[in-house]
Amino acid sequence: MSKIPVQRVDLIFEKITCKEIFEKVLQSKPEEIIQSVIDSGLKGRGGAGFPTGLKWQFAAREKGADKYIVCNADEGEPGTFKDREILDEVPEKVFCGMAIASLAIGAKIGYIYLRGEYKFLVPKLENKLAEFQQLMQDLGHDFRIELRLGSGAYICGEESALFESIEGRRGEPRNKPPYPTKSGLFHKPTCINNVETLVYTVMIQKYGAMHFRELGTKDSRGSKVFSVSGDTPTAGIYELELGMSVREFVDVFGDGDTKAVQVGGAAGFCVPRKRFDETIIGFEGVPTGGSMKLFNSSRSMYNVLHNYLDFFAEESCGQCTPCRVGCQQLLKGIEAVKKGEKSHKYLDELVKLAATMKIAAKCGLGQSVGNAFSSIVENFKEEIIY
Amino acid sequence: MVKLSINGLLVEVPEGTTILDAAKKLNFRIPVLCHHDDLCVAGNCRVCVVEQLGGKALLAACATPVAEGMQILTNSLKVRTARKHVIELLLSEHNADCTKCYKNGNCELQDLSNEFSVGDHILLDLIKHKDYTIDRFSPSIQKDDSKCIRCQRCVRTCEQLQGVNALCVAFKGAEQKISTFYNHSMAEVICTNCGQCINRCPTGALVERTYLDEVWDAILDPEKHVVVQTAPAVRVGLGEDLGLVPGERVTGKMVAALKRLGFDAVLDTDFTADLTIMEEGTELLTRLKKALVDKDKNVALPMTTSCSPGWVKFIEHTFPEFLPNVSTCKSPQQMFGALAKTYYAQTRELDPKKIVTVSIMPCTAKKYEADRPEMRSSGFKDVDYVITTRELARMVRQAGIDFTLLKEDKFDKLMGKSTGAGVIFGATGGVMEAALRTAYEIITGREVPFENLNIMPVRGFEGIRQASVKIEGCLEDWKFLEGVELKCAVAHGLSNARELMQAVKDGKINVHFIEIMACPGGCLGGGGQPIPTNQEIREKRAAAIYSEDMNLPLRKSHENPEVQLLYREFLGEPLGHKSHELLHTHYKERERF
Repeated sequence: MSKIPVQRVDLIFEKITCKEIFEKVLQSKPEEIIQSVIDSGLKGRGGAGFPTGLKWQFAAREKGADKYIVCNADEGEPGTFKDREILDEVPEKVFCGMAIASLAIGAKIGYIYLRGEYKFLVPKLENKLAEFQQLMQDLGHDFRIELRLGSGAYICGEESALFESIEGRRGEPRNKPPYPTKSGLFHKPTCINNVETLVYTVMIQKYGAMHFRELGTKDSRGSKVFSVSGDTPTAGIYELELGMSVREFVDVFGDGDTKAVQVGGAAGFCVPRKRFDETIIGFEGVPTGGSMKLFNSSRSMYNVLHNYLDFFAEESCGQCTPCRVGCQQLLKGIEAVKKGEKSHKYLDELVKLAATMKIAAKCGLGQSVGNAFSSIVENFKEEIIY
Repeated sequence: MVKLSINGLLVEVPEGTTILDAAKKLNFRIPVLCHHDDLCVAGNCRVCVVEQLGGKALLAACATPVAEGMQILTNSLKVRTARKHVIELLLSEHNADCTKCYKNGNCELQDLSNEFSVGDHILLDLIKHKDYTIDRFSPSIQKDDSKCIRCQRCVRTCEQLQGVNALCVAFKGAEQKISTFYNHSMAEVICTNCGQCINRCPTGALVERTYLDEVWDAILDPEKHVVVQTAPAVRVGLGEDLGLVPGERVTGKMVAALKRLGFDAVLDTDFTADLTIMEEGTELLTRLKKALVDKDKNVALPMTTSCSPGWVKFIEHTFPEFLPNVSTCKSPQQMFGALAKTYYAQTRELDPKKIVTVSIMPCTAKKYEADRPEMRSSGFKDVDYVITTRELARMVRQAGIDFTLLKEDKFDKLMGKSTGAGVIFGATGGVMEAALRTAYEIITGREVPFENLNIMPVRGFEGIRQASVKIEGCLEDWKFLEGVELKCAVAHGLSNARELMQAVKDGKINVHFIEIMACPGGCLGGGGQPIPTNQEIREKRAAAIYSEDMNLPLRKSHENPEVQLLYREFLGEPLGHKSHELLHTHYKERERF
């Protein structure tokens, strides 16, 4: 059990002067910037948790003049709304993070791929971008950022589908390898980071890697912005130190009747009450891109699961078989069990199918459908059947 | 070189090799559905997944390059379970009414489901939740989404191989489907009817519109005189669908089979291929004369061939500004049809009303071509029914004929005689070669200066090829061509055609004559040819075509005695009045959407 109490942090939304930080960073060598990010232990905040410093290092080592920085702002995971707030509150810090990354890997162009539903942010972002562009010019750093809008497809948050979308094609994930750091946007070395990750790289430059590293646990350094929703009296956005248990989280945010927490959105895991104490929110336990949804005893977990599967059956890009057909089978399958058209043993078949989806689907989306499915079915079997 | 182990056996392959190909080297076949040798990697269907020891997720063997020290299992428990799941999933979304399916017995999904004994599959039938209709509006292609497994081979074929983009992926998730612009029918979009998608479809989702019953009805109607013509490329492909290996010439057996099927006359499209050379060659020389002697600036050069109906429809949609450049000659199929109901009817004293013309084509676009309103110059529909090589094979099987044991037979007289020049129409570069053999000789009175008449520079499989022949020692009538370097270009596959025409448009390529075939490899790789077709098979069919040419006593179109007779007794001269009426046509600009 974790000993760390729920600790509020103020790094992401702290108002700072990016100019000062960037001027300081300009004095550093790319290797030093990368080393500081590696030392900080920062892992990607989009959910997958790849070490950010390593990603930058891989991209930096690639030869060639054309490299890109991409900010993944296609925040589409159900229950996640923190990137919207970050882009609304501190956009200049996001730009600054991209500029730091551009120094680190040697890129001249950056793209922000903004979720289509966040169109209302565009005028503000464009204003701020103009200021930022001026700052870059003043400081003599050759780096330009362009804004691109998605059109509402969940799959375009998957990095390679996102590239396809920016390139003007249907957003479908690519085969990996090659990974983006080798062949990403326009098939050039690309560093793609989440909005929040980029802001943390700025704060690491401001306060130093050690400051960040001291927060959190061995596997989950630093803090993280959480989007808290569901049956909670205090829904909203909170920046918390990583490493707390679900119990500690529920004690603060729950309504006293929490029976389960969905950590990481539709693609994440369902943690039932009996596992609250032992489950750490972080890469050693259940990772999350920020979505924390609380369910109290008034909720039917069948409905919760049905809702998620409905979402996936619609939002799968449809390219690969396990995801396109698998999602439909899981959805129709639990309906059939509920209606009694299939026996409850059919759920076991579906769990096996979900396991195949996890290892055979082409991209992270298809591979993660099984997370929510298995964790809900295993813990709330009765609710699914009866 | 990269060393790895597959199922415990060591193998060494060049860097960049896929796991699929590395396994092939060890004689392990990994099943595939979305993979096709002609197409780029997709990694969609996931039926080829393999296990990497120590790895979490399985890898798509078709899409994953080998890495040093990899330990791959192609048949582990994990792999078997996943593979079976994938096949079951595909079947659950597939209209598996196999016994009624046109592709029954030649379906890759069926084969796999049989191989993996998916008889007891228990997943829910999803088909009943979907609303599918069959698109039968195109005269060439039938599209049935209920049988589609979304492997996207057709989309990649249409986009990359053909550069047409008539087929695309639409919608997502459960609604995802292979569609067209605004989901219009295949008859209303920029589809060229080339049928390359059909040739690559692993299931029965894309098949040719079949006219077998109509052909049988005609054959079995004693009132009708049914004339059949066979395209050059059919004789080097048909055997593949009837128990022989790729690359076998089956001309004699094919003729014997057609006679046994009951056709009243078994004639040859190669005859009208020779005739096409006479007309098209003369047309080219006329255009050159207008340009060089009369200094006519309006004459459209380079002239392009017109025998590939896929190409014709493509240029109508895509480069309408070049329509004056397209030879006005009908394709050999349509020349044949027009003559069958005029010249042939007259000579054989038959009522053209009672003649039914059937053509056997390696092509699905020919079905569309025969339906074009311009193709009625005999006063009737010139070609009544077009069936593919595959359909002919089916007829042979239906009639209970053991093809392999047939004794060779000869084409009937009158429009049955051909030269080697007509035969090579079936390969990319063939029309060009045939035209040069004749044109050069008309101009100079001497044979083309290539060993054995084999004009090697225009042969081969490179997407776009250019060649030139210097004309020297002209006969009196053709002095204006003295010293001219006759330049020509050849392209096959519509992506290459687009590239070539764009280069012509941009002034980057400057030639007199262009041959374009819509299908990769030319007609021998046509959309109506046996499935599978891939580069290895195309090369074998091409070798067969060229050996057929070498083995014929006559190899120049103008030496075809039946063609000479035709001009003497019926047409008069190339580009004469009657030719214009029967053998030439016009084109129309078509919209892109």
